[in-house]
Amino acid sequence: MIAEIGHFALILALAVALLQATLPLIGAQRGDPVWMGLSGPTSVAQMVLVTVSFAALTHAYVTSDFSVLNVAQNSHTDKPMLYKVAGVWGNHEGSLLLWITILAVFGCAVTAFGRNLPPGLKARALAVQAIITVGFLLFILFTSNPFERLDPAPMNGNGLNPLLQDPGLAFHPPMLYLGYVGFSMAFSFAIAALIEGRVDAAWARWVRPWTLAAWVFLTGGIVLGSWWAYYELGWGGWWYWDPVENASFMPWLAGTALLHSAVVVEKRDALKAWTIFLAITAFGLSLLGTFLVRSGVITSVHAFASDPTRGVFILALLVVAIGGSFTLFAFRAPNLKTGGLFSPVSREGALLLNNVLMATGAGTVLLGTLYPLFADALDLGKVSVGPPFFNSVFVPLMVPMVLAMAVGPLMSWKRGDLAGVLGRLKIAIGLSLVITAATWFLQGGSAGPWWAAGGMGLAAWLLLGTLVDLAERVRLFKAPLSDSLARAGRLPRSYWGMMLAHGGLALFIAGATASSAWKVEAVQSQKIGEAITVSGYTFTLKEVKDVPGANYLATEGIFEVTKDGKFFAEMRPAKRVYRQPPRPTTEAAIEGTFLGDVYAVIGDKDVVSGGYVTRLYFNPLVPWMWVGTLFMVLGGLTSLTDRRHRIGAPTRARAVAQAAKA
Amino acid sequence: MTRKQRRLYFVVLGVLAVGAAAALVLTALRQDIVFFFSPSEIVEAKIPTEGRRIRLGGLVEEGSVAKEGATVKFRITDGAHVVPVVFSGLLPDLFREGQGVVTEGKMGKDGTFVAAEVLAKHDENYMPKEVAESLKKTGHWQGEQKK
Repeated sequence: MIAEIGHFALILALAVALLQATLPLIGAQRGDPVWMGLSGPTSVAQMVLVTVSFAALTHAYVTSDFSVLNVAQNSHTDKPMLYKVAGVWGNHEGSLLLWITILAVFGCAVTAFGRNLPPGLKARALAVQAIITVGFLLFILFTSNPFERLDPAPMNGNGLNPLLQDPGLAFHPPMLYLGYVGFSMAFSFAIAALIEGRVDAAWARWVRPWTLAAWVFLTGGIVLGSWWAYYELGWGGWWYWDPVENASFMPWLAGTALLHSAVVVEKRDALKAWTIFLAITAFGLSLLGTFLVRSGVITSVHAFASDPTRGVFILALLVVAIGGSFTLFAFRAPNLKTGGLFSPVSREGALLLNNVLMATGAGTVLLGTLYPLFADALDLGKVSVGPPFFNSVFVPLMVPMVLAMAVGPLMSWKRGDLAGVLGRLKIAIGLSLVITAATWFLQGGSAGPWWAAGGMGLAAWLLLGTLVDLAERVRLFKAPLSDSLARAGRLPRSYWGMMLAHGGLALFIAGATASSAWKVEAVQSQKIGEAITVSGYTFTLKEVKDVPGANYLATEGIFEVTKDGKFFAEMRPAKRVYRQPPRPTTEAAIEGTFLGDVYAVIGDKDVVSGGYVTRLYFNPLVPWMWVGTLFMVLGGLTSLTDRRHRIGAPTRARAVAQAAKA
Repeated sequence: MTRKQRRLYFVVLGVLAVGAAAALVLTALRQDIVFFFSPSEIVEAKIPTEGRRIRLGGLVEEGSVAKEGATVKFRITDGAHVVPVVFSGLLPDLFREGQGVVTEGKMGKDGTFVAAEVLAKHDENYMPKEVAESLKKTGHWQGEQKK
């Protein structure tokens, strides 16, 4: 019964979405306030209906109602409650329902927080949101209904893929989707602005916080996924340039560029068409990401079984959404009035440079991700494009970007003084060169990879450049300390957000460079009592025992790890075999230190020698990566609390009201 | 700076970035992409594969997996031909006899494929697209019955 309510609510939501997609749009064209006003109540109704539907599916999972096909295929009574709930979005149908629920919540948020938005812009933006909703609702209802019944109902379900039964991955899809769908805000407002033919500072002030929120979620989601791959797959790596990973990384790049170009629109009234272009691209790439993951057109290390007929539907959706919006862009963008002029050497210039590099980077990732498809279609053979391609294409493009990132914030708007800025950065330049040389020396010159020293130097340059800017702003050592602290307290939160995010990226670069360059790995068959030394850490396998879990049996290896003869840690990597479905998973044991992760994995019993296959690593500076990305997320959140981001929207309303009075 | 100059700056910047990217991409496409082969294509030596990093995919032949310490030997088949594979390392959790598999590495001189990586899947029902197609070619494809 409850499943039918859920299904029915979705159908009603489709009807409401059709109303919301058309009437406010017509109303905005005719200037009819009643029809425009319909966008508010319909978006609220939409949210309520879709939430009911999502709650109905969650109910089916929580109560293990196996008469619902989706639940029977993906759940099991044995599962801990967390994974019963996470199971709702751990499958194709449920994850789409989550997508659309988030979309409806965002739409409702426009109504709730956008009371001061100009009615035309609001009506149009909500109508565009509803058009996206209609597309996805049709997709769910016709190809992926989560409420389909199964008769007779089985006694128990098939269970959730054990790899997904992990706290990191339970929250990875919702975070990612909050990011993907969050970019729909910028998209809808971009389309609405194109229809209106006007982009101004108030528009940017409204779009910025939403883009920032989406960026925070997307960053968090990507990091959770990467972190999960790092500890759960047991390969000691954290990024594989896999199509599914690229699918989330491309919108991140476009979104990061959008975040920065929206600043230029708000502050300097320039780069409008470019910002609109990025808003469309960021969401277009989010849709493409959903398509790549869901359609199975590309062989991916992480691929899930999927249905190609659904792919055709999403592809059609993609063509309409991206093709339609870019056509509109082509017709309307030339009419956007260009605003403030600036010199290439200026803060706008630096932001633009980085925007172009980031967009080009996203383009190369897109090309590399889709190349196997092209090659197959053009009969060039079956190819895969992996890490070597991306490392030799994407990474070089990011080097000038990071170089400019340290310089940009020190430049003034409109016309900067490059020589002067470099003069202020001379300590940072010197120290970065010292760090580059020191790294080269420490790794034993050409004994390590040649790019490692450059990577560490680049990280140092970004961190130091960011700190120099901060020190100058608070007049550190130039004014009394109390004065500096008072100045620091007065800096806007959005500035602190930028500091954290840029500094976080510096830490991330250091961690990524070190872990790629100097990872130490040993794979062997290890007998009980045998000791193996990796990078100064001695792993002694004490014993191996079976430990039962909630819905699995774990074979746990107990290692005593010593460093320089002193006890360091006891590590317990395990291999689990789940009851339903009966599949094994690897649980790595990780002990973090300041300089890196000590990482151990236990594998199968070696029947010949009686030992166990073990894989032991030292992953240098990996914790820096996680801390760095945490700083980036914190930076985004700090920036979101900035006063200016909250009071943005009323500004234009007031300006319009004043204009009406005059 | 006038509007025209700014537009010119924008265009030059764009051309430079795209040009640099294109140069990098073209170099990388020559060196860094990996071609996929089925056992039949390797055995019939249609393409010179020795020394180049390639992907080899098919089914893990039943009864062929032999583990010696951390080294695993197995054979990959597409029904028509078989290629022996040697791999040192921890196999992915879903590696099993009779299942589809994709490995990446180089052909050795003795006709054994030295795998540097055995690619993992998140889902055991999943059959790599390339493997499915090569099985269809040899007539050993049995549809989606594994679901």
